[in-house]
Amino acid sequence: MSMREIKLCLLGDSGVGKSSLVVRFVTDTFTANLESTIGASFMSKTLVVNDTSYKFQIWDTAGQEKYRGLAPMYYRGAAAAIVVYDITREGSFQTLKDWIRELKQYGADNIVLAIAGNKCDMEDLREVSTRMASDYAEENNAIFLETSAKTAHNVAQMFTLITQRLPSESLLPQGLTDSGSIQLQKRVSASASGKKSCCKQ
Amino acid sequence: MAALTEPTLPVQPLPPNDLEEVTPDDLVEEGAPGASEDHMLIAAESYEDINVAIDEQYHRGKDEKDKTKNEIEQSARELSIDDRSTTPSDEGRETPKEEVSSAEGKDRSNSMLGNRDRPQHVEEECYSPEWRQRQKHVFILSEAGKPIYTRHGNEDKLVTTMGVMQALVSFVQDNDDNIRFMIAGSHKFVFLNRPPVILVCVSHSVCFFCFHRFMIAGSHKFVFLNRPPVILVCVSHSAESTQQLLLHLTYVYNQIISVLTFSQLSKIFEKKSNYDLRRLLTGTEKFLDNLINLMDRDAMFLLSAVRCLPLASSVRDIIGQSIAQCKAKDLVFAILVGRDNQLVTVVRMKEHSLHPADLHLVFNLVDASTSFQSAESWTPICLPKFNSNGYLHAHLSYLDEECSACLLLLSADRDVFFELSEARQKIVTRLNKYNCLQAIRESLAKGSYKVAQIGIPDLRHFMYKSKSTAQYTSSELEAPYTEEGERHRLFGMYQYLHHRVHNSARPLKILFHVGSKETMLGWITSGFELYATFGPLVTKPAAINAINKLLRWIKKEEDRLFILNSYTY
Repeated sequence: MSMREIKLCLLGDSGVGKSSLVVRFVTDTFTANLESTIGASFMSKTLVVNDTSYKFQIWDTAGQEKYRGLAPMYYRGAAAAIVVYDITREGSFQTLKDWIRELKQYGADNIVLAIAGNKCDMEDLREVSTRMASDYAEENNAIFLETSAKTAHNVAQMFTLITQRLPSESLLPQGLTDSGSIQLQKRVSASASGKKSCCKQ
Repeated sequence: MAALTEPTLPVQPLPPNDLEEVTPDDLVEEGAPGASEDHMLIAAESYEDINVAIDEQYHRGKDEKDKTKNEIEQSARELSIDDRSTTPSDEGRETPKEEVSSAEGKDRSNSMLGNRDRPQHVEEECYSPEWRQRQKHVFILSEAGKPIYTRHGNEDKLVTTMGVMQALVSFVQDNDDNIRFMIAGSHKFVFLNRPPVILVCVSHSVCFFCFHRFMIAGSHKFVFLNRPPVILVCVSHSAESTQQLLLHLTYVYNQIISVLTFSQLSKIFEKKSNYDLRRLLTGTEKFLDNLINLMDRDAMFLLSAVRCLPLASSVRDIIGQSIAQCKAKDLVFAILVGRDNQLVTVVRMKEHSLHPADLHLVFNLVDASTSFQSAESWTPICLPKFNSNGYLHAHLSYLDEECSACLLLLSADRDVFFELSEARQKIVTRLNKYNCLQAIRESLAKGSYKVAQIGIPDLRHFMYKSKSTAQYTSSELEAPYTEEGERHRLFGMYQYLHHRVHNSARPLKILFHVGSKETMLGWITSGFELYATFGPLVTKPAAINAINKLLRWIKKEEDRLFILNSYTY
């Protein structure tokens, strides 16, 4: 069984549930009203997909504005980034757009982008439509899922989809993929495209 | 609500002839218990921030205007004169030096009725009775008068109140830099202007807010600390002295610096003087809240010292060695702190020492947040005393499942997380191998020590600070101080005692205070500070005897109670 290490970071507005998603993924637990993250926290978790084990090294960053300048430290060299917004807060989706723009500009060329519309268990408070978000994700060639850290909906799937989108070059040692060398092929897995994988049809 | 009920009692500073009779044992001359040549922590004097012109540190490059050193000293003296009059046992006040205005006095008569005819649509917090009854308020505002933080209530609802505070501060700024007193009715404002710091103390409160009919009567104290670009205000009706409240404000200011750095803070306001600083402080309010709460009950701030977790010196040595062996690039400090803000050890780069005030902020960081318990964290932190203009990067992690001890590795390099993470893993392995984590857990479970262990009848509690090491030790609080109200009252008594012996106008070496509920003794020498609480019937000679016995006990236990030698990288 082959083993791949994947550096991944979570970005997004404060209070959208980045830490909750990570905690759900890593320990499969959920705590309501988790305290806000200070700086960034680091966790790792191994996921086995199709006989390959993927060791995720996850940087869970703090969403507050004052930490914004530190973000490059985490997404630089990351193979994937999950940008999270809160479906019940329109403003968090605007912040997400800023992040996507920044990642496209300064992130690694082959970085796998994923957009998570979190808190999809709170349908009655929804402010961001699934359609709009998935269209945006498609435009930006990003994975899109609506998730709920509370109910665990789509959380593991999100990480599985990321493993499928990783360019094969990531099999090489991390240093080489990060060196800015030319990436000739970007494998896009069909199953990862947005629309059909959202929380509510 | 929990008012200090300590009645005003006679204080008896020992007359000189008594002092001779109670000369300390030869033990004291040999060197204070817990003294050490090791410079792990910077020996800090109480109130050094306030009494010394530390402002230079924060305001390098700012011109000192025409303020002479004399005037500063004069101001400091004035401050302490005013201070003395605010102690619980001494209601008498010094005559104001300069009267500015008494016109506001007429408004005061209306103040109690204020609520009745207030405009209904205004929802300022100050109309809420719960808000007004809080014992201590802390406000932070920008020089433009924008609210930044309030300890109680919502700062959005304090726009007017903060505006008034800003107006008061700029009023004084527009005038000479000299100290001014202002009388409004029977109330007195004391302005202390030490550029760039403006301090306003308002006692017998009503006056300040009464123009706006905000305030209930009572004896509140207002303390202003102006550290451009922010102004910090504390309103209190506790027994704390002005200096102690100023100390609190200084810590609150340092906490903000710790989040933003001084250079960033000043740059922001240079660019945009009406910037809403709350944007940058979101998520860190809990650190301010926690810090202010801690200062209301933890003596480390008052004493400018840290408390060590009692550990056998052999265990502490192994811990120190284990940490010192795991080096990493640009690692400046490694700090191991046990639950309840007890220091286990500090390993430092040889040329750098930690200031207790910085260490207190580190403790507060760990104490205020549970978010470090779930995973390794990596966060920038500015230690204002170490360098107020830059960040260190802290790797934070708890060393065991129970979260008994938190290890912080502070590096100047922002890219060494994984290196530090590796070092941390090695440290954990080593500490487990030598059962050190077990020893830490046991010590934490056992708590501090009972005063009965020392075998001094009638001694109820004590705090002992070794000045050279900036560390202190104290016994557990036992009955009758187990109940919250009593504990609070005792802490107030210690604050009072501390204030009296540190009064810059009339510093005391030894103070014997007889109260109705307890007798207290404060003793300052060049090597230590000691504050002890006895039963109410203890006589002076008995107390002195007890203290000498106590000092011998501390000397005997010093290896366990203090960190006497530290390790360096």
